Amino acid sequence: MSLLHGLLAGTLPGPPGAAAAPTYLSPSGAEVVFLLLGVVAVASALLVVSTSQLVHAALWLVVTLGSIAGMYLVLTVEFVAWVQVLIYVGAVVALLLFGLMLTRAPIGRSADLDNSHRWPALVAGLATAAALVALVVDGFRSAYIDLAAAGTAPGSAAATGATIFRSWVLPFEVLSVLLLAALVGAIVVSRSTADGA
Amino acid sequence: MHVVYPAVVSALLFATGVYGVLARRNAILVLMSVELMLNAVNLDLVAFDVWLRDALHSGQTLTLFVITLAAAEIGLGLAIVLLVFRTKATINVDELSELGERPR
Repeated sequence: MSLLHGLLAGTLPGPPGAAAAPTYLSPSGAEVVFLLLGVVAVASALLVVSTSQLVHAALWLVVTLGSIAGMYLVLTVEFVAWVQVLIYVGAVVALLLFGLMLTRAPIGRSADLDNSHRWPALVAGLATAAALVALVVDGFRSAYIDLAAAGTAPGSAAATGATIFRSWVLPFEVLSVLLLAALVGAIVVSRSTADGA
Repeated sequence: MHVVYPAVVSALLFATGVYGVLARRNAILVLMSVELMLNAVNLDLVAFDVWLRDALHSGQTLTLFVITLAAAEIGLGLAIVLLVFRTKATINVDELSELGERPR
């Protein structure tokens, strides 16, 4: 671990003009808000994977995605936050609810939402959590984001739009073709059974 | 803001998604857990973008791309799930074992 820490500390570029990081014992207001949102996000994510009511899982997912949008706002990335609200909370969850309704999901509690691998899955999840948390705490203990740094807002719609349509135009267009392909694919997959094939 | 905070929240969300994908039987709940994992990665991308002050804003742009990909994925995934439901009348992933080698 200490070797990895040295490797990370030696190779990672620091932010320009970074000051010494404040101590963890005096959190700023933004950090307190971020941590509260994080607690809400993780708790409702745990409810998504553990509730015994299908529709409630989708509704807890809304809480998780909404608090992640709040975390984006705290990180000063406004445009991504509103895209998150529009696409995830608006479209994806609505699609998931449609899927639940079209597959005749039972309203109320269902006893058999977890499969027989529940305990190995719990072990795998806990191991993933322990490994990732140990890794990021060890690697980024001294890294600090200066949210009030001088300069333009990095996440404003103007900055994001200029970046996408200047530097990332080609991936953007490829992505639109991919969306079209996904749309056509979804229609084809749905139609092939509609005419009894 | 310490980088550790978004990184730890993102790690916990990702682990929750891993558990959900492995433990849930309903295919739509598995898709929801996949969304949790994608969101964990998005949170990391945004945090590191803000930390490193990337001139190209690659983290934010990739986050937008991942959100778009997730929308495409959920559209196709739900079409497939509905097709499976029509043909098999179930979407329990542990009953869909035709591709396994040994019989159930």
